[in-house]
Amino acid sequence: MDHNATTPCDPRVVDAMIPYFTNKFGNAASRNHKFGWEGEEAVDYAREQVAKLINADPKEIIFTSGATEADNLAIKGVFEMYKEKGNHIITAKTEHKAVLDACKHVEKLGAEVTYLSVKEDGLIDLAELEAAMKPTTILVSIMYANNEIGVIQPIKEISAIAKKHGALFFTDAVQAVGKTKVDVIADGIDLLAFTAHKMYGPKGVGALYVRRKNPRVKVTAQMDGGGHERGMRSGTLNVPGIVGFGKACEICIHEMESDAARIGKMRDHLEKELLTLEESYLNGNKEHRLPHVANISFKYVEGEGLLMGVKDIALSSGSACTSASLEPSYVLKALGLDDELAHSSLRFGLGRFTTDEEVDFTINQVKEAVTKLRDMSPLWEMFKEGIDLKTIDWQEH
Amino acid sequence: MAYSEKVIDHYQNPRNIGTLDKNKTNVGTGLVGAPECGDVMRLQIEVDEVTGIITDAKFKTFGCGSAIASSSLATEWLKGKSIDDALTIDNMDIVEELALPPVKIHCSVLAEDAIKTAINDYRVKNGLEPIEMKAHH
Repeated sequence: MDHNATTPCDPRVVDAMIPYFTNKFGNAASRNHKFGWEGEEAVDYAREQVAKLINADPKEIIFTSGATEADNLAIKGVFEMYKEKGNHIITAKTEHKAVLDACKHVEKLGAEVTYLSVKEDGLIDLAELEAAMKPTTILVSIMYANNEIGVIQPIKEISAIAKKHGALFFTDAVQAVGKTKVDVIADGIDLLAFTAHKMYGPKGVGALYVRRKNPRVKVTAQMDGGGHERGMRSGTLNVPGIVGFGKACEICIHEMESDAARIGKMRDHLEKELLTLEESYLNGNKEHRLPHVANISFKYVEGEGLLMGVKDIALSSGSACTSASLEPSYVLKALGLDDELAHSSLRFGLGRFTTDEEVDFTINQVKEAVTKLRDMSPLWEMFKEGIDLKTIDWQEH
Repeated sequence: MAYSEKVIDHYQNPRNIGTLDKNKTNVGTGLVGAPECGDVMRLQIEVDEVTGIITDAKFKTFGCGSAIASSSLATEWLKGKSIDDALTIDNMDIVEELALPPVKIHCSVLAEDAIKTAINDYRVKNGLEPIEMKAHH
């Protein structure tokens, strides 16, 4: 139930990878013997599979160690390459930390970054984006789908606004690729980051799509060395990982639609059942959303305590009671949720191998734990007595 | 992060969940924490006015497993103690007993605050001077 964090490798992916650890171990950059050629051939084939999933040209795929590296390469690489043209970057408050922290980094190097707020449903306001555009804007970086609440941003509209103002459009599409149709041409995307392990491929391999025409986009390399990946990302290619990434993409091309329909049905069932609990609320836009994600707040129950009550299920919570700051999810807070509701949230992420039985087990366990914890929650008791919690003078600690 | 066995035990079998009548003069109530911090504890003691012994203790907690365990343990320790002895319960005793990791020490601090706040509530109700609260900030 935590497939937004990672997914298991599809056995077909593992089968495809295995020969490249042992017999076919060549370095794809070795030009003078069979082992190198085998490696190169395998990478070329995988590059085609990966490109096809997002309707890109294979030459537009830059393999990286994962999406965090791809996010860094996109933001830092674009800033370095285009900073003479302008220094303004626009992103959103609900982005992944890899994007936000890369933006913070370029701010120190002289970039001006606008962090757009989001509406209550988690989507950005297009009018706000339009108003934020400046002649100096070089990059708009908005994620395709959010990792905590699954909402899908209006990508076509965002890319059109960026294009109109002469800025590039980058999207962190980690959660979306392989789960919903992503088409870099139709969506007007200039750069796109994604990773294998969120779509039943191996960990440690990802890619950055970099558009080659209309416009031709360039990024300054962040990793110097042998000039691999058209000079944009040096380093010996992770051949088995890339082969697995390719296979994972190929499976998604064929099975994404049927997966989404089946998983969507299970998600809807889970969501409907859990929302029958009193004082439970769905977070984020219900319609423009990935089919496998549901984020629900169970008021008057603390998320981490709730996770402990359903410890046989892998889930994650918007409550980060383990951090010294005690700050709950910044994504949920950006939606306007008060801290209390943000602390009370659970994220459900279903996957390709999730079964109906597992969904029913989850429903029962969560319902039971919520009920049990509410029985021991002083806030629930006050709510039931009709006391407005906002009128109490809490001793913050 | 793995929870200690004792935390799990208190979480699964919490001792003394419940509510005492806060309007009774021999009941002291301590409500500490805040919903936006993700932790609220309510700890109540019922005191024998003649002997000064705590005859009953109840809690309700909104929070993580360690917060629940800390308050559950506190009620166990309070029962049978005199209100003066109860003041000697230190948050570090709770940390030790439950093997709380450093990030969860605040749960024990909250439990100690809840004990002292409940005792003060009782003291004030019965015309006694409130004891001074330790500042943790």
